[in-house]
Amino acid sequence: MVTTTQEVSDRRRSRIPFPVAFALPLALVERNARAARHFWLTIVSGFFEPVFYLFAMGVGIGALVGDVMVDGVAIGYGVFVAPALMATSAMNGAVYDSTQNVFWKLRFAKTYDTALSTPMRPTDVAIGEISWALLRGLIYSTAFLAVAAIGGFVHSWWALLAIPACTLIGLAFASVGMAATTYMSSWTHLEYVQLAILPMFLFSATFYPLSTYPAALQWVVQATPLYHGVDLVRGLMLGDLHAGLLVHVAYLAIFGTVGIWATAKRIERLLLT
Amino acid sequence: MIKAVGLRKSFGDFTAVDGIDVEVAPGESFGFLGPNGAGKTSTMKIIGCTSPASGGTIRILGMDPASQASKIKARLGVVPQEDALDADLTVFENLLVYGRYFGLPRATVRARAEELLEFAQLVDKRDEIVEKLSGGMKRRLTIARGLINTPQIVLLDEPTTGLDPQARHILWDRLFRLKREGVTLVLTTHYMDEAEQLCDRLVVMDKGRIVAEGSPRALIAEHASREVLELRFDVADHAERAADVEGIGARVEVLADRLLLYVENGDVALEQVTARGVHPMSSLVRRASLEDVFLRLTGRSLIE
Repeated sequence: MVTTTQEVSDRRRSRIPFPVAFALPLALVERNARAARHFWLTIVSGFFEPVFYLFAMGVGIGALVGDVMVDGVAIGYGVFVAPALMATSAMNGAVYDSTQNVFWKLRFAKTYDTALSTPMRPTDVAIGEISWALLRGLIYSTAFLAVAAIGGFVHSWWALLAIPACTLIGLAFASVGMAATTYMSSWTHLEYVQLAILPMFLFSATFYPLSTYPAALQWVVQATPLYHGVDLVRGLMLGDLHAGLLVHVAYLAIFGTVGIWATAKRIERLLLT
Repeated sequence: MIKAVGLRKSFGDFTAVDGIDVEVAPGESFGFLGPNGAGKTSTMKIIGCTSPASGGTIRILGMDPASQASKIKARLGVVPQEDALDADLTVFENLLVYGRYFGLPRATVRARAEELLEFAQLVDKRDEIVEKLSGGMKRRLTIARGLINTPQIVLLDEPTTGLDPQARHILWDRLFRLKREGVTLVLTTHYMDEAEQLCDRLVVMDKGRIVAEGSPRALIAEHASREVLELRFDVADHAERAADVEGIGARVEVLADRLLLYVENGDVALEQVTARGVHPMSSLVRRASLEDVFLRLTGRSLIE
C-alpha cells in the first residue's frame, strides 16, 4: 500500500512526546479555565483560607507560644508554622479539586464521557485534570508566599523553591485523590476524604516539631505524604537545605506518578466498558 | 465506512449484542431500529470506540477500534443519547472546548463554531449558559458539537427522543441537510416515523440480534401489506373478536386495544367486515409502517 503524506505525518506526530502529546490534556485545562471564569468567586476564595490561618496562628497563637526550637535553633512560631500552612493548603486545594470537582464531572456532568468520545484518551483526561489542579494551586502558593514574606514569616530566598515544592505536593495529592474518587459512588464516600485529610493536617509536624512525638509515633508520621510536604517546604523556607529534602521530593514524585497511572486505568475501566 | 462481522458485546452473563453483521456505505443514512434494550446503544458505543467489542470484527473507516481508537474518533461525530453538554460553559464555549479536545487549532475551531451556531440556529443564544436552553436547542447544540471536527461519519443515538413534534421537525430538517452534504449518518431510534424519514437503509434489532434489514419501503413491502385496517370493539379482550374477521386480508394482529388487519385496500376490507355483520366501535384505514414490520417480526409492539 502506498503511504500517503497524511499517514507519514500521523506517524511522525505520534513519535513526538512533547509538547504535541500534551495538546489534548491542555484542552481539558482550557475547559476548566473557561468554566472557572464563570465561577471566579470560588477561585478567589481559595486564596483566603491559608492566609487567615497564617495570621491566626502566626500572629495570634504565635504571641502565646513564643519561639520553637528547630535543630537547636530558636525561630518565631509564625516562621515555623507558615511553611506548614503553605504545604497544607497545597494539599487541601489539590484534594478538593480532585475529589469534589472530579466526582461531579465523572458521575453527573459526564464531562469525561464527552471528552472520551474525541481523540482524548484516559491518560489525557487524568493528566489534564491534575494539571489544572496544579495550575490553580500554583497561583495560591505564589500568593501565599508573597503574603507570608510581607508578613515577615520568610527568612530565605530559597523560599522561592517552595512554590514548585507545593506543586509537587499538589501532584501527589491530586493524582491519588483523583484515583480514589473513581472508586466513590456516592457523596457520602467523599466524607471519608476528610477523615484522611484532617489528621494529616493536624499531626504531620504541622503545628509542632516532629521531635514532640515518641520515637514509634515519629515513624508513623514520617510515613504520611503531608509530613514530607511540610518538611520539604519548611526546609526551603528556612533556608535549611539538606539531602533529606531529596527524599521528600522522591516520595512525593512517586506518589504522584502512581496516582496518575492508577487514575488513567480506572477511568478506562469505568468509562470505556 | 463501517463493516462489522459477527459483532458481539456482553456484560458478564448478559449479551447486549449477539453476533450482528452490518455494513454502511459512504453517504448512506443507516438506522438501527428497535425497542429499548435491543442492543442499539451498545452497538453505537462500539462504533464510537468508547466500548470494546467482546467478539467478532469491526472496521471503521478501514481501521480497528482496538488499536486505532483515537484516529477513528478524530473522524467521527458523536451525538450521545443524553446531551451531556458542559453545563459550566456557554453555548459557544461548548463548541470551542469540544473542538479543542480534537487538538484542532484555536482559530480553526472558532471559525467552525461560528458556522455551526448558524447551522444549529443558535446564533442569538451564543453566550447563554447551556442550562437555559430548551430541550430542542440543547439537542441542536449537541449535534453542532458533534460536527465541530467536520466528521465523515456522524453517530446519532436516539436524536429526537423526548422532543416535541416541532423540535423534531427542525432537527430532521438539519439532519437532511447533513445528508445532502454527503455526510454518512448512523442513527438509532425507536420511532418508526423517524426511521422512515431519515434512513436509506435500516436494520431492525431485537434482543441483540438483527431480525430484518432493508430500506423502509422494502421492509414494509416484505413484512407488512400496503394498508392496515384498525378496528376497535367495545370488549375487554380483542382476541375474542379476531375470529370474526379471520380471512379478510393477509393477517390479523391482536393488540390490547384493537385489531390490525393487514390488507391491500383498507376501504374494501372494511366493506367486507361490515358485510359479515361485524360492527366495530371505530375503524381507521392507514398506510402500513415500520411499526407493523416490527410487530410482525417480533410479535410485540415497539414502545410498550
